[in-house]
Amino acid sequence: MHKLWASTYKEFLLLTRDIGGIAILFIMPIVLIITITIIQDSSFKTISDTKIPILLVNNDNGRVSETIISSLTASNTFQVIQKDKEQEARDLVFKGNYQLAIIIPEKLSSDLDKKVNQNVEGILSKFRLEEEEKEIQPEETILSKEVRLYFDPATQLTFKSSVKNGIDKMISKIETQSIYKAFHEQVSEDDTEVIFETDNFISFKEIVPKQGDKEIIPNSAQHNVPAWTLFAIFFIIVPLSINIVKEKNQGTFVRLRTNPVSYAIVLGGKTTVYLAVCLIQFTLMLAIGVFLFPKLGLPTLDVSGRIFNLFIVAFFAGLAAIGLGLLLGTVAKTQEQSAPFGATFVVILAALGGVWVPVFVMPKFMQLLSNISPMNWGLNAFYDVFLRNASFIELVPEIILLLLFFIITALISIVYNEKKNAV
Amino acid sequence: MIKIEQLSKKYKGAEAYSVSDLDLFIDEKEIFGLLGPNGAGKTTLISLLCSLIKPTSGSFTIDGLTYKNPNQLKQLIGIVPQEYALYPALTANENLTYFGSMYGLKGQLLKSKISQAIEILGLSKFANKKVSTFSGGMKRRINLIASILHEPKVLFLDEPTVGVDVQSKNVIIKYLQLLNKKGATIIYTSHHLNEAEDFCTRVAIIDHGKIISQGQPQELISNQKNANNLEDVFLALTGKALRDHA
Repeated sequence: MHKLWASTYKEFLLLTRDIGGIAILFIMPIVLIITITIIQDSSFKTISDTKIPILLVNNDNGRVSETIISSLTASNTFQVIQKDKEQEARDLVFKGNYQLAIIIPEKLSSDLDKKVNQNVEGILSKFRLEEEEKEIQPEETILSKEVRLYFDPATQLTFKSSVKNGIDKMISKIETQSIYKAFHEQVSEDDTEVIFETDNFISFKEIVPKQGDKEIIPNSAQHNVPAWTLFAIFFIIVPLSINIVKEKNQGTFVRLRTNPVSYAIVLGGKTTVYLAVCLIQFTLMLAIGVFLFPKLGLPTLDVSGRIFNLFIVAFFAGLAAIGLGLLLGTVAKTQEQSAPFGATFVVILAALGGVWVPVFVMPKFMQLLSNISPMNWGLNAFYDVFLRNASFIELVPEIILLLLFFIITALISIVYNEKKNAV
Repeated sequence: MIKIEQLSKKYKGAEAYSVSDLDLFIDEKEIFGLLGPNGAGKTTLISLLCSLIKPTSGSFTIDGLTYKNPNQLKQLIGIVPQEYALYPALTANENLTYFGSMYGLKGQLLKSKISQAIEILGLSKFANKKVSTFSGGMKRRINLIASILHEPKVLFLDEPTVGVDVQSKNVIIKYLQLLNKKGATIIYTSHHLNEAEDFCTRVAIIDHGKIISQGQPQELISNQKNANNLEDVFLALTGKALRDHA
């Protein structure tokens, strides 16, 4: 125990002597979490302060195009800039000056009205309501219309999909309303008479979990803080592996091998100190979410009633990260090996863990890999606490996985060290 | 004290044995010099005796213990590596407290052992300064203290005076003689043959993993034709060809 304490104190001294290193360990995660939350916050807001400028070429100048323009403007997401020529709009978008150009074809409104009227008349004639009054006339052929969309090639697929869905929905609504209007004109002389209710009959409502009478609606802070905190916690593998490699290179590990002390004790000292670093990082990031976010106009991180469980998850996630750092430091021979590998590996683990893209949208193979990513276990545990209001018992499976990961990686480090030195 | 029998070591992938069928006996309280050109097998032999590596064949005992009792053996011996095996960011005191703790020393006992050694080796004024600010000679002295706080019965020194000024060398040698008087057996490697001649009670000249001659320095000098000192003996036995290796 005395040797473990001495090793821990030595690690503490080494860490505190490197002021620049400490600053990076604590400041960079804070910068990361603030930056990401500010950027992602806008996507969680229903009304954004920033409007995306898009181009629109109105070749129709009718009722339909006016409805499209007013709907786009009313969405508060887009700033509609009208252009006269399709060529000009297309060039501007393909050069990356604008994300999107919408080209509304000629005679869209009039042809839509004609087409709808044709259809309605056709239906009514089947009921023989029209036969008595009008002679059957040959039908004019009306070609279908195409609203063309030009996207900047750099535009993300998610943005493209949401824009396409939005415009599709808008056009469907206009078509439906035109059909209702045509029927109305055919069956009633009085424009003010309400025959059809054009409001949606089917609507949807999201039912969110409740705590007492209060609905738990996660904000961007609840989503971002756990994900990026975990990302920052796992970055501990970089300084930790560098610390171990440095010891090997400066000869102190060789001296320790001649001392009656096991490698496990040496690693134990490192684990204790770096785990404390993880927990301090975590505390700082929670404090940022609770106290600083509101001052920056960001949603407050709600930690009420969750503190204990949050620290439990952070503790075990920190252990898993440290296990990985111990293994990397033991295997790597130089800092040039450990630092870039460590940093890249954390990014891969984060991607697999669902920090950037939800696991359920990943390909099947990646989903399988995600299941064995410690960052995925940690992220699920954090989401359980922050978003699903889980109890301690519900966290146990993920905590056990994180603990097992630490034990296995630490054991591999010890065995590898033994084997490597048995020359 | 140290009994080596038919000890051999061949590293994985190596063509030749670094230590080959080596027999040697070192008595208690000897100051024994292991001399030899680069790549002769000195460091390998010390690494074997310190249990840093395992022998390919043969055996050795130190005070009755073998490499199969690593923790007891490690408590019995001290090794002063050729490199400064210290934490540059820690002070001399912090380094020594840490390495002393690894031998189970603690509290007032550890403090007094550190302050005594530091004083004898002339480093009291610098005890609380970071090792990174020390000169080569000062680092060598701290490197030595870190290995003797637990009062080892056997002390291995791998070129303990390399790259130090004359004053530091003098202090180190005097201190080692003091430790020897207190009962420590010293096994020492060096390329400074004049130093070995004065310091060692017995030396072995080792080349290609084998001992080619051993005895008291004066004995070896008088047995070698036209030799005036240990260096003459050394060159006569190992040749003048360069021993560069990578």
